[in-house]
Amino acid sequence: MRSFIGIDLGSTTTKAVLMDENRIVLGRGITNSRSNYDVAAKVSKQEAKISARFTLFNQALGTKGGADRLLADLERNFRLEQFLSELKLLEETCENYLDHPRFKESKSGLKQVLATVFKQIETEAPAIYGPGADRKSDFFRDIAGSRFMNIAESAGKQAGVSFDTILNIYDKSIIDIESLVHPDGVVSRQLLSGLSRALKEVAGVDVSEVEAQAALKKVLDIELEESYVVGTGYGRVRLPFPKEHIRSEILCHGMGAHMMFPGTRTVLDIGGQDTKGIQIDENGIVANFQMNDRCAAGCGRYLGYIADEMKIGLHELGPIAMKATKVTRINSTCTVFAGAELRDRLALGENRADILAGLHRAIMLRAMSILSRSGGVSNEFTFTGGVAKNESAVNELRKLIKENYGDITINISDESIYTGALGGASFAHRAAN
Amino acid sequence: MSKPEVVKSNSQIVQKEMIRRNYDKITSGRVKVSSTFVPGNLNELLMCFDIANNLPEINAIQNAMSKKSGEMITEAERSGHSEDVCTYVKADIGMMAKGNIAPNGKPFPSPDMLLLSYTGCFTFLKWFELLREQYKCPTVMLHVPYAADGHPTKNMRDYIVKQLREEVIPAMEKISGIKFDIDRLREYLRKSAKAEDDLVWMLEQSKRKPSPIDCYFGGVYYMGPIFTAFRGTDEAIDYYKLLRGEIEERIKLGLCAQTPEGEMPEEKYRLVVEGPPNWTSFRDFWQMFYEAGAVVVASSYTKVGGVYDYDNFRHDPDQPLESLAEYCLGVYTNRNLPTRVDMLARNVVEYEADGLLINSIKSCNSFSAGQLVIMREVEKLTGKPGAFIETDLVDPRYFSAANVKNRLESYFQMIDQKRRAGGSAALAA
Repeated sequence: MRSFIGIDLGSTTTKAVLMDENRIVLGRGITNSRSNYDVAAKVSKQEAKISARFTLFNQALGTKGGADRLLADLERNFRLEQFLSELKLLEETCENYLDHPRFKESKSGLKQVLATVFKQIETEAPAIYGPGADRKSDFFRDIAGSRFMNIAESAGKQAGVSFDTILNIYDKSIIDIESLVHPDGVVSRQLLSGLSRALKEVAGVDVSEVEAQAALKKVLDIELEESYVVGTGYGRVRLPFPKEHIRSEILCHGMGAHMMFPGTRTVLDIGGQDTKGIQIDENGIVANFQMNDRCAAGCGRYLGYIADEMKIGLHELGPIAMKATKVTRINSTCTVFAGAELRDRLALGENRADILAGLHRAIMLRAMSILSRSGGVSNEFTFTGGVAKNESAVNELRKLIKENYGDITINISDESIYTGALGGASFAHRAAN
Repeated sequence: MSKPEVVKSNSQIVQKEMIRRNYDKITSGRVKVSSTFVPGNLNELLMCFDIANNLPEINAIQNAMSKKSGEMITEAERSGHSEDVCTYVKADIGMMAKGNIAPNGKPFPSPDMLLLSYTGCFTFLKWFELLREQYKCPTVMLHVPYAADGHPTKNMRDYIVKQLREEVIPAMEKISGIKFDIDRLREYLRKSAKAEDDLVWMLEQSKRKPSPIDCYFGGVYYMGPIFTAFRGTDEAIDYYKLLRGEIEERIKLGLCAQTPEGEMPEEKYRLVVEGPPNWTSFRDFWQMFYEAGAVVVASSYTKVGGVYDYDNFRHDPDQPLESLAEYCLGVYTNRNLPTRVDMLARNVVEYEADGLLINSIKSCNSFSAGQLVIMREVEKLTGKPGAFIETDLVDPRYFSAANVKNRLESYFQMIDQKRRAGGSAALAA
C-alpha cells in the first residue's frame, strides 16, 4: 500500500508519522536523536512502520472480544523481544571490544563481569516490560544503560575490575548498537514471537491462535511503500533527501496543529532547542511566526539542564512542580543564570517544588513574549512539542493565557510531540497527490 | 570546503581601489582628518576645507568583513563596555586599543576634528564623547531635529542652516585654516546631484523582472561611494556611470542579480528588506538568499546615509546650505514610524515584492525600535506576508546561521504556500 511519511528530526528526539492514501495516520515512531540524524531518521521511520502494522493488525482483529488486551500484550511482548535482541547484540559488541590488546591482562575478569551483568538484565527484562510496569523511558539506551550501570558497579567491585573500564566498553558498544536499524525481516520475526508470548499470557480472547497468527502474517506481508517522505525539524538538512522533500518545521508544525485541531489559529511549539509562536489561517497555512534567537533559554533544553542540576529525571520535573504551594519568582530564563538562581534559592532553604513551579512559569513567560511578538493568541490555541507533556508547564501556560487573552480554547493532544511529523506527512501526501 | 572565488564586477574593483586610496589619504599624515558618521554626513562641506573624511562605522564594517571585529569587541568589553552596547562602537574602541590600525595596515592618525552631523542616534553622541576623551580634539555637533511628523519642516531646516553658518563652518575654518568658499561647495553639490541621478536610476532598476541587481547585499556596494567620502567628487560620478553601464548590460542580457558566485540562475522570490545586514557573515548570509533564488529588490539600508528616491531629494547647488540641511534631516532613521512604514509598503507594491523581511539588529536601537509594528503595518497595507530575523552588525557571536536559515527557509516556503494556495485550501501544499 502507498504510504506518506513525515520525519521530524528534533534536537532531542526524532519523530515519524506514517499516513495512508486517505490521510489517516496509521503509525507513529519516536527515537532519541543521538548525534546521528541519519540513523535517527531511519529508526523513527521503522518505528512508525511497526506502529502502522499494529494499527493494521488491530483493524484485522476487529472488535472481537479481548482483542484490545491481546494487542496491548503483543506490544509489550514485542518491545521485550526487541529489547532482548538488542541486548544480545550489545553483549556481543561488548565482548568483541575485549579483544583489544589493552584488555589483554584483564580480559577474563571483564568477560566474567559482562556475562554476569547481561545475564541479570536479561532476567530482569520480562519484569521491565511486565504488565503495568512503569518505564521512565522507552529508549533502549536509557533502559539498558541505567540497568547496566547499576549492576556493573557492584559486579565489577566483587570481581575487582575497574568500573571505569567496564563503562568505557559500554559507551563504545552502545554507539554501535544505536546505529543499527533492524530490517523488516527481523521486525517481523520479533512481532511473531511477541504474538506467541502474548497468546500464552492473555486469557479470554475470542481469537484463536491460528487466526491471530494468520492475521498478523497477512499484515506483515503488506508492503508499506514509501510513496513520499518529507523531512523537517532542527536536523532536516542532514536528511539524505532531495531539497524538495524538506520542509521548514514552522510550516510543518502549523500544518500538523491544523490537522489535529482544525480550528487552530495560534500554535505554540516548545521543543528542545527552540520556541516558536506561529499564526495559521483556516487552511493551516502559516501567516506569521516568531521564534527564539540563537539563545535556547526557555526551551526544552532548559528543563533538561534544570533536571540535571537537581539530579532528577526530566519527566519528574512537572509532577514535583505540581506539588508547589506557591510559585517562586525566578528572574532568569537564561539557562546558565537560572542554574545559579536555582542553587541560590535552594541554599536559602526554599521548597524545591515551589522553585520548580517558578522555573516552569519563567519558561512560559518567555513563550508568552514570543507569542505576542508573533501576533498574540487567537482562538483556538494549540500547544505542541515535548514540553506540552509537562503538566506544570501546561498549568502555568493556561494561567498566563487566561490572564492575557481571556477565554481561549487550549488544545493539547496526547500525540502533540508528533505535530511536526504529522505536518510533514501531510505535506508528503499533498506533494504526491 | 573552500568557497568558490568571488566573482567581482568592474565597478566593485574600482570601488575597492577608491576605498583603499581614501585610507591611504587618511593615514598619510599629510591631510587634516575628521571622523564623522555615515547618516547625513557633510562630505561636500569637509571637502571645502580639504579635510579627509574618516567614517568609524565603515572601519567597523571593514574589520567585520575581514573577521577582525570579534577580537576588537571582546577587547572593548574587557575595558568595561557592556554586551548591549552598539557593536560598531565596541569594534571601534577595540580597534583603538589594539593599536588603531586602519584596514590598509597603517595606523590611523588622531583626528583633527569630530563632526557629529546626525543626532538621531544617541549612541553616536556617546561614541564621540568617548573619542573626545581619547583625542582631546575639537568636537562639532550639528543638532538634527527628529522629523516626528514624518517630514522635515522649514523651521528645522533653518535651524540647521543657522548652526552650519554659526558653528560648523567657523569651526572647520579654524581647524583647516581655509576660508569657506560657497562656490566651491556649489560645485561639489552639482557633482553630488549628478551621481545621485544615476544612483536613483540604479535603485529603480530592481522594479524589473528579473531584477538585474540585488538592492541589499549588492546594494551596500552600490551605495558605498555616495554615502562615504566620495559624494561630490568626479570619482563618484565616474563610478556611478560605470555601474549604470554594467546594469544596462545586464538588463540587455536579461540577467538576474549578480552574486559572489556569478548570476543568480533564477529569481524566485522578491523581497524588501528593512534593517542593516550582518557584516561578520555577510557572504554566508547573502548565500542563504541567492541559493534559494531570493533577490532583494529594495531595502531601507540603502537609504541609511540619505533618502533620494522617496521624496526625490537631490543636493542643490542653488541652495547649498539648505540642501545640506535637508539631507541631514531626511536620513531614513530620522523619519517617524508611519513614514518608514509608508516607504516600505510603497516599495513592496511598486517593486512587486513578495513581502517585507526585517533583519533586526540586536544592538541598534535607531533601526530596531518599532520594527515589529512596522512589519505588521506593512503586512496590513500590502497584504503580503512579513518575516523577522535577528542578527547583529559586527559581533560574530550574534550570528546564528542555523537559526537565520531556519527562519528564511520558513519564510520562503510560506511565500510558496501562499502563492499556491491563492486562498484555496485544496492547493495549499
